[in-house]
Amino acid sequence: MWRAALQLLSTWAIPLAVAGIPLVALARKRQVYPAFLEGAREGFETAVRVIPPLVAVVVALGMFKASGALDDLARALSPLTSALGLPAPVLPLVIVRPLSGGAALGVVADVLRSEGPDSHAGRLASVMAGSTETTLYVLAVYMGAARITRYRYALAAGLLADAAGFAAAALVVRAYFG
Amino acid sequence: MSVLWTLLVVASVATAAAHGRMTELTAAIASSAQSAVTLALGLVGVMALWMGLMRVAEQAGLVALLARALRPVLRRLFRGVPDGHPALGAIVMNVSANVLGLGNAATPFGVDAMRRLEELNPHPGTATDAQALLCVLNTASLQLVPATVIALRAAAGARDPADVVGPVVLASACGVATAIAAAKLLARFFPAPKPSAEPS
Repeated sequence: MWRAALQLLSTWAIPLAVAGIPLVALARKRQVYPAFLEGAREGFETAVRVIPPLVAVVVALGMFKASGALDDLARALSPLTSALGLPAPVLPLVIVRPLSGGAALGVVADVLRSEGPDSHAGRLASVMAGSTETTLYVLAVYMGAARITRYRYALAAGLLADAAGFAAAALVVRAYFG
Repeated sequence: MSVLWTLLVVASVATAAAHGRMTELTAAIASSAQSAVTLALGLVGVMALWMGLMRVAEQAGLVALLARALRPVLRRLFRGVPDGHPALGAIVMNVSANVLGLGNAATPFGVDAMRRLEELNPHPGTATDAQALLCVLNTASLQLVPATVIALRAAAGARDPADVVGPVVLASACGVATAIAAAKLLARFFPAPKPSAEPS
């Protein structure tokens, strides 16, 4: 049942947004087209801005893999990763995700390239990245804005949420895609 | 990140030396740099389309609409904030913008909320429960449609780039639920200092 619901959401979410949003805006007599262009320019800039971190991370990961270091690490950690059902190429994502959004994107891009977007690892990396946030960056910006230096439990709770997101991603991807 | 990145690169060169794979390493450096740019350029189209749409949604008042729906829920979560205080309005806008994936719009609201909550803070410099909860909510993924991930998958040639939307929503919900539960639970173990005990 929930599988069918998720499938429906996956196939309908985007077309519905693409048609529905301009329709609502037009019904409310807003300037649809200029607003779209303004946002699209911002999206273009975001995509271009992400190139430097993407190059840095994809190159570092490419080197890590070509040198055989990832195989070594995966072998050393295999008892742990196989218990969690985590493919080796996805491993760096767990470490990098809370630290840097651009770097996490780089890891996902690398997994999609080397394992394929429709592989188990590719889907898992996509869902893991999509269902978590750059915890440390968010904390630094928000707490910094209010000049707070003692975070109390905020970091622990944020990292717990990331861990829960990762675990849920592993379970859902296995159950959903089989 | 500086340490991590340098460590990764240095460890790679050292391992390649140990395994005698320097030629492969050199080839990988050039090919991955190029593929990073190819991927990023593939992102441009979908990102521009999506952020354009989201700007239209913002203009159409969809953020305000969502805010009205979320207000009662958030008021219950942020008990320490007096009803009608401007901080609550900023929190509601922050969460609504996040749900729609308007990261650039969400941050100013969030920062504003943090500053206004600080005005209510009896011990400045130490996070209140409301401030911690707002931060923790923002460190979980509230976004409904993972536009960047879909764009990356499209650029990588996925058969159905959006087939991860359903699983992402479900996994995100688990993350958000954990964030709220963890914040509420941990608040008991990390009591806020007494105002008088705090030397300013």
